[in-house]
Amino acid sequence: MDGAVISTWLAALLTLGIMSFVYKDNLYYKICEAIFIGISAGYWFITYFWDSLYRIAWIGVVHEGRYVLLGGVVLGAMMLMRLFGKIGWIARWPLAFIVGATAGLKMMVYFTTNAMAQIHGTVDDTMVAFGGGDLYDLIGRLVILIGTVTGLIYFYFSKEHKGLFGGVAKVGTWFLMITFGASFGYTVMSRMSLLLGRIEFLLTDWLKLVK
Amino acid sequence: MNKYYSWLILAALIIVVAILPKPLVISPTASVIVTILLGIALVWVLVLTIRGHLIGRRVVFLFIGASLTLPFFMNFEMPIKVSPEVKILYDALAKLPPGSKVLAAFDYDPPSAPELQPQADAFMAYAFKHDLKVIIMGLWPQGPQQANMSIDKVLQYPEIRAKNPKYGVDYVNLGFQSGNEFVIQRMGSSFRGMFPRDIYNTDYDKIPLLNGVENFSNIDFVFNLSSGYPGTVEWVQIAVDRYGVKVGAGNTAVQAPSVYPYLSSRKLTGLAGGMSGAWQFEQATQQPGKASTYVLPQTFSHTVVIAFIIIGNAALMVSYRRSKRGEA
Repeated sequence: MDGAVISTWLAALLTLGIMSFVYKDNLYYKICEAIFIGISAGYWFITYFWDSLYRIAWIGVVHEGRYVLLGGVVLGAMMLMRLFGKIGWIARWPLAFIVGATAGLKMMVYFTTNAMAQIHGTVDDTMVAFGGGDLYDLIGRLVILIGTVTGLIYFYFSKEHKGLFGGVAKVGTWFLMITFGASFGYTVMSRMSLLLGRIEFLLTDWLKLVK
Repeated sequence: MNKYYSWLILAALIIVVAILPKPLVISPTASVIVTILLGIALVWVLVLTIRGHLIGRRVVFLFIGASLTLPFFMNFEMPIKVSPEVKILYDALAKLPPGSKVLAAFDYDPPSAPELQPQADAFMAYAFKHDLKVIIMGLWPQGPQQANMSIDKVLQYPEIRAKNPKYGVDYVNLGFQSGNEFVIQRMGSSFRGMFPRDIYNTDYDKIPLLNGVENFSNIDFVFNLSSGYPGTVEWVQIAVDRYGVKVGAGNTAVQAPSVYPYLSSRKLTGLAGGMSGAWQFEQATQQPGKASTYVLPQTFSHTVVIAFIIIGNAALMVSYRRSKRGEA
């Protein structure tokens, strides 16, 4: 029996073990789950060790003399201080560095891409559609415009949601509900795809029922 | 006694699988009959629910399992129309002249492979067929391995084997780099800074394909396959907005809704979302692959999910009516 057959059988038995949970919680499932968690943790650890610590830090500093990388190494080591009770506070420094750098980078990109570009796209496309687009496009753009404005009004809490303002906010709520529904639909689609991948593996590679 | 039933069913299932012809293909007529039977069974469940006999969760799982498994043996042709967002993606690739450098960012791992691997296969086959130079990288540790699997697969295609694409000349795999969006930010000024060596530890400067590739200004197109963070959102926010490079994406269905706004604001050059996006991308690039196989089972399972949403609402109404009667 060659390695490919053994690995296919192993993968199939582990897949069935995880799937057995839909019947009920059982020992077979628990064993498969524990194997999955252990392997995942081990894989991530080894990947980060070889890719970051060895390939970047060790080769970079020791073999290539890029001493600037030592800054990252020191910050990484400081992060591990959390494991030692009394000096655990040292881990806050690299954490502060990460939070600061991420906030700095994200603040601008979110503002330009998620705020300004979206406002520009919404208004500009609606104007273009009014100026000569087809009816289907125009209706689509108007729906986006109304959805954006009413959605924003729903999140405006400085005025009580009553009367006309409350009505517009209600429309915003409907748009949000439809968005969540679409998002849920996509999530179901994705989860089905995951299951599909496993079923295809079982039918094709393991049972050979499908070519 | 009940526990013996489960073992008996399992044994019967094993025997049935053992005696079935391999590969198993159901004729079109039999496929229609199976589909009708599945529909009748769902209507029966609905009628039972309305009459007040609520079914257990295992029946739902059974229906989902059947709807995902049976279509693999069926002979149905699904009609297809390539959506505008997939067409934009394909058109952007089609406009690239031979020799263009495409950065392929594989930001996903095996759980997302059913949706994204068909897109990866279609993209790699298209790129090799049209002499595009592919630079692979990953912000997810397993991404570059997924890329290698895809390359191994498409290199088996006779027309691509005939072209004999060479590593380092026609494609290169730079591997994984930790740092999420900061990697993209740094690549804006220096690719070499983030990837001093490729996945096989060859120095950046010794790879012919990377000669003259300093940053995004030397890249003609970025194709991102993404299933979460870091992924398409970060590529758009940094590579597109800051460095003006064109990015097209293939996403899992879960992520697609969060990326659609970038399409309408034209920050994203095309999107293939989920399995249906993968299927359309395969059709557009004329590389029918696994997504074309998966789309029928997925359509069946979606129909079953919709049916159970209706049944679930019927069950809710029945319970509501019961509790109202109880109050009265």
